[in-house]
Amino acid sequence: MIGKLFKGLKKTREALASGVRKLLGRGTLDDATLDELEELLYTSDLGPAATQLVDAIRTGFKQGELKTSDDVLPFMRTRLLEMMGGASAPIDVSAHKPHIVLVVGVNGSGKTTSIAKLAGLLRNEGRRVMLAACDTFRAAAVEQLTIWAERLDVPIIKRETGANPSGLAFDAAEAALKEDVDVLLVDTAGRLHTQKNLMVELVKIARVLGKCVPGAPHEVLLILDGTTGQNAINQAREFKQAVDVTGLMVSKLDGTARGGAVVSIREQLGLPVHFIGLGETVDDIERFDPEAFADALFERV
Amino acid sequence: MFESLTQRVSKIFSGLSRPGKLSEANMDEGLAEIRSALLEADVHFRVATDLIARVREKAAGQDVLKSVSAGQMLVKIFHDELVDMMAAEGEPFAFERGRPTIILLAGLQGSGKTTTCAKLALHLRDEHRRKPLMVAADVQRPAAVDQLRTLGAANDVPVFHVAGEPPEKLATLALKEAAATGRDTILIDTAGRLHIDEELMQELGRVRANVTPDVTFLVCDAMTGQDAVRSASAFKETLPLDGVILTKLDGDSRGGAALSVRHVTGAPVRFVGVGEKVTDLQEFHADRLVSRILGMGDVVTLVEKAQGVLDEEQAEEQMKRMLDNRFSLDDFLGQLKALKKMGSMRDLMSHLPGMPDVDPDAIDDKALDKTQAVMLSMTPDERKRPELIDLSRKRRIAKGSGTTVKAVDGLLKQFQQMQQMMKKLKKGGLMSRLAGRFMGGGMGLGSMGDMLPEGEAGVPGMPGMQGAGAPARPGAGVDRRKARKAERQRRKKGRRRR
Repeated sequence: MIGKLFKGLKKTREALASGVRKLLGRGTLDDATLDELEELLYTSDLGPAATQLVDAIRTGFKQGELKTSDDVLPFMRTRLLEMMGGASAPIDVSAHKPHIVLVVGVNGSGKTTSIAKLAGLLRNEGRRVMLAACDTFRAAAVEQLTIWAERLDVPIIKRETGANPSGLAFDAAEAALKEDVDVLLVDTAGRLHTQKNLMVELVKIARVLGKCVPGAPHEVLLILDGTTGQNAINQAREFKQAVDVTGLMVSKLDGTARGGAVVSIREQLGLPVHFIGLGETVDDIERFDPEAFADALFERV
Repeated sequence: MFESLTQRVSKIFSGLSRPGKLSEANMDEGLAEIRSALLEADVHFRVATDLIARVREKAAGQDVLKSVSAGQMLVKIFHDELVDMMAAEGEPFAFERGRPTIILLAGLQGSGKTTTCAKLALHLRDEHRRKPLMVAADVQRPAAVDQLRTLGAANDVPVFHVAGEPPEKLATLALKEAAATGRDTILIDTAGRLHIDEELMQELGRVRANVTPDVTFLVCDAMTGQDAVRSASAFKETLPLDGVILTKLDGDSRGGAALSVRHVTGAPVRFVGVGEKVTDLQEFHADRLVSRILGMGDVVTLVEKAQGVLDEEQAEEQMKRMLDNRFSLDDFLGQLKALKKMGSMRDLMSHLPGMPDVDPDAIDDKALDKTQAVMLSMTPDERKRPELIDLSRKRRIAKGSGTTVKAVDGLLKQFQQMQQMMKKLKKGGLMSRLAGRFMGGGMGLGSMGDMLPEGEAGVPGMPGMQGAGAPARPGAGVDRRKARKAERQRRKKGRRRR
């Protein structure tokens, strides 16, 4: 069931679960062990959630909920799932036609690659997908998405670099209506969430999409770099405020001992993670399943 | 989250205000707060723990100077320790005569290598009079070569690439190209790679073996979390790193990853990327980043940012006027205009210490527009002599600016307060107070008015943010044309500071 996710998070699991086991193997659960446990959790970018987990374990032992150190891993798994609020409703792209997905994120978070992966995933599920290359700012971003569109054999709506992204978004939405596609994936230029005028530009793109197709964008997907630290929460908060982000895709989760920020974001902002990116090829994408994530982190005992 | 961090550290230190010796007991709480501040700033857990231990040792038993609080003392010790650790010695580049200097850029995907490559090429050309050649050796990411070519074409820097050749071959061929075309500095942009990708890491090793770079930079995203330690050490194993370039520092991350990277690689941060434009590359200043990590704000950068939009002569003139108490609403209006050129209030606030007390959402850039409208609705006479403004005039001004009499009153009152503040400033020694405050960590908003960098930048009360003190914001009546001219002159002098 876990497959690729399990493999992709190998490092995380090795670092975390085996570390935890090693610690717990000592048999005693003194403060020093708990401190080390906190370090392990912290270095997975769990952030404040790390302290919460350790505190919960401490209390768990005091109150007798935890009896032996063997109980700790399943206990942490349960708590982590609670923090993530359980499974979230997966994205339903058949809800609208065309279902318009606006993809946003900071520079270098992996938007364009993630869109390619999404397009591949949806196409393989039998959907008609169209891409809109609205990153008209970064040099060669249009070319990058165009190469992906050719490789995946999906249509792409584009203009030259420097063109007005909202105008292009409108054209793309129109084209999506006309050509009867199922899903329109709208790429946007990377922008730091602190750049106010760029955030305003993003709001405009969203508004323009809604003008062409009422209710659009139906999803606003924030792409988060899995190696980002606590700033991920600021990013999620600011983007959510600007364009009402509906969910996340966490990129670059392979090979890193990371992804812990996902927990904080879910807990603090209530944003579900829909997809995760796990590698360099276009197939390296999975729908996110909190259970599988917790399993991959803690390796079901 | 970071907002509360500064508040917390400040609070703890205000609690530690009893003079005396720093003891284990009175340091514990403060250090614990600093530690969690570091963790929230994405400093690696182990690194943070090490640092705290070192500072505890250094600080224990030290006499607290009469003039500062124990908290201020502790922050200063910590600040200095971090600055020492982050400070870079020597020059980032050593150019040799008779052969090209080779610079290699490596880093994770999305860290900003390609953009940084172009920024660095421009820096070398404009500041060091080098003739750069950029080598597009990222053959992995679709259109990465196009991206570098576009950047090269836009900025008049040649880009070398031969389709179908592997990176190590491209590097070798670039040497020949440089010799043939008279370029003396070669910048090699490589593909982003995960540190666990053995194959790509080996490719980096081959590039290095082929051309022996003079300088190897690790390009690191300032927003990176705990993983920074792992990836940096993996790169370090493959390549001898000479320096780090920290990107995306214009965001609101604390940049704690820089500490981790320095700690594990020993390579100093040399440059920071601070914006989307190709000129947005700055030399690294340890003290500024440390202040940022510790949540002390980045006043120096702010002041320099201010200088970027200023005409120095006018600023000096205005400073004089301020100190002579001849500061008029015209000056205020000019300041406001220049202030708006510096970017959004929120961005400015992010550079300031003590600002966490203000909810960033409460800062309304439109308030500045309104304040400006009020002043523009006054006659030149009224701006020179605000005492002329009676109720009838206030009504007219309110009407003209689409505001209310209350708003006009508010502005006039603020202006008066500013004038009073100027008087106070004139009396006190500015710089000594500035230095004292800066080290203090716990800087309240009220004290911001004291942060007046002498000579160049003035700090009026901020319109639209009643009582919040004010970011430095100098220079009056600088119109766009003059600002550009000033910028050109600055560049000519070869000391660009932005």
